[in-house]
Amino acid sequence: MTNYCEAMLEAHRWLMRERPEVFCIGQGLWSPWYVGNSMRDLEKEFGLDRVIDTPVSEAATTSAALGAALGGYRPIVVHPRMDFAVLAMDAIVNEAANWNHMFGGGIPVPLTVRTIINRGGEQGAQHSQALHAWFAHVPGLRVVMPATPSDARDLLIASVLCDDPVVYIDDRWLYEEEEELEVVETLDLRDVHPRVRCEGSDITLVSTGYGSSVCLSVAELTGDSTCEVIDVPVIHPISEEDYDVIRESYGRTGRLLVVDGAWGSCGWAAGVAATVGGGQTLTLASAPAPTSRGLEADYYRPVQAESMAAKIRKLV
Amino acid sequence: MAKIDPAALGSLGDPTSCHKPIALAGTSPEVACAMLEQMLLIRAAEEQIGDAVTEGMVKCPCHLAIGQEAVAVGVAQHVRDEDRVFGAHRSHGHFLALGASVESLFAEILGKDTGCSRGMGGSMHLRDVEHNFWGSVPIVAATIPIAVGAGLAAQMDRNDAVAVSFFGDGATEEGVFHEAMNLASVKKLPVVFVCEHNLFSSHLHVSLRQPADSTCRYAVAHCIPWVRVDGNDVVAMTAAMAEAATHARSGKGPFYIEAVTYRWRGHVGPREDLDVGVKRKDDLELWKKRDPIARLAAALNLELDWRPVRHQVESAWVKAAAASEPSPSALMDRVFSQP
Repeated sequence: MTNYCEAMLEAHRWLMRERPEVFCIGQGLWSPWYVGNSMRDLEKEFGLDRVIDTPVSEAATTSAALGAALGGYRPIVVHPRMDFAVLAMDAIVNEAANWNHMFGGGIPVPLTVRTIINRGGEQGAQHSQALHAWFAHVPGLRVVMPATPSDARDLLIASVLCDDPVVYIDDRWLYEEEEELEVVETLDLRDVHPRVRCEGSDITLVSTGYGSSVCLSVAELTGDSTCEVIDVPVIHPISEEDYDVIRESYGRTGRLLVVDGAWGSCGWAAGVAATVGGGQTLTLASAPAPTSRGLEADYYRPVQAESMAAKIRKLV
Repeated sequence: MAKIDPAALGSLGDPTSCHKPIALAGTSPEVACAMLEQMLLIRAAEEQIGDAVTEGMVKCPCHLAIGQEAVAVGVAQHVRDEDRVFGAHRSHGHFLALGASVESLFAEILGKDTGCSRGMGGSMHLRDVEHNFWGSVPIVAATIPIAVGAGLAAQMDRNDAVAVSFFGDGATEEGVFHEAMNLASVKKLPVVFVCEHNLFSSHLHVSLRQPADSTCRYAVAHCIPWVRVDGNDVVAMTAAMAEAATHARSGKGPFYIEAVTYRWRGHVGPREDLDVGVKRKDDLELWKKRDPIARLAAALNLELDWRPVRHQVESAWVKAAAASEPSPSALMDRVFSQP
């Protein structure tokens, strides 16, 4: 059996062994207590040039990883507590997420930002936050939240091999979860969709990351195939086809509970519940703002009075 | 020789100084003329852009570097094939100095599919990797650590390539500038930091933003060798970049250039009298006497003929304006590099 933490270590080792363009950079990488055992001894096996400990500079380190990614490397930049990734928001949200689009498309930006939700342990307001919804709001980022050891390994590998910027978020409360792992088979992140992890007939539970793990435990507790559990390992981008997986289940069970180990206001759970529940929205397309006149007009059209009026006429 | 104060611009900050023709210092007439032509192209292109903004043909924010041409052209003399250059909001000159096409610059500003960023970015998002220009963005100081990462990539590639980061004096007030300088210094990364010190950040003079007027003190603080140079002297700029690039290519780590210059137009847009700070009107007339183009032409005893470059620029503009905009599908197709 391999636990979630060991599974990530296996992924890092696999990536470093198989792909010379992969390197890891972040605070505490030569002192593994920062990242649990998920990166233990990597610097011994792969050298201090490929496992780089850094000054206390989240912003510069993340941007530097981006700069190296533009030059053909596949960096994994590690923020051992998600709260500290907030210091790197310009690099992630303004730069990495927009880079390909604002420079015309077709530009690989193979940057992986690995960050850990470090809940519990009496660590308080600034060592415990789950901010995945912030990232999942931003066009151009892929946001990954593995719930199981095999996903922790395989989705980390898929994230690093992806040519787009990925925010990979693991959860300290899952580190002891165990599973028998198969041999590594590389996945394309674009092929990872919501998964029915446990079939049931009376209620659809939808979650991601740690929340999915709890839903599975609850399904076991309640027994009798009461709960159908849908795990969403990639929370952004999410397509209509992805939502259809949830809609289909909700259509059968007639009840929907969306669980997220994070806040409610403008949160991930609210978004899923509203979308699947049939609430209507008018928003911008999930894309950065273009400058070209025609594209810009298209971009803002949905939130202008004329389009709104047309939508309302359709609804009433 | 007296020790140069890293905290004070001294005479370089005095607009009554440096009005004479520059010293060619052994620069061959061919090289000097080529640099002059590049500066003429940048000036003419930016005047064309400024006119188009005035006429309402261009809506996107354009930050003109008229008056600062020698900084870009001097640095470009020592940019080699593998080098990676990053700019900021005022980067038309950097882009052109590296040899990227003026038509693709115009097309970008006009939002055309033939633009260097295919019409997606406009004036503030220029990129032409073929010509070593890896990207410019208007978030102040944002590309400085990205350039440091390009330096990290060059170090891992084990070649002698360098990364070049252009930024203004305002960027030195951002925290990430100091993080980037520290990171580059401690890891000995091949990065040339080029601070274009034009005394103003938007409307605000350096004296209202910093307790001392030279940014070289930050290089000292981060143990990075530095030089302060007349940024309106293209030969001096070239020499500064030669020293910086040689240092960085040799594995000794980063180098810092403070190029003292002045922009003739407002922070954004073509006007001289907008976005201005203290004593701007008087100072501008004096700074115009430190014109990098006129001083080089005088050193070469040349009478400037603007007609060929104006013709080149006008014909590039006509072609750019005639091009198509990106197709509507570009909005969603370009969100991810792998849709």
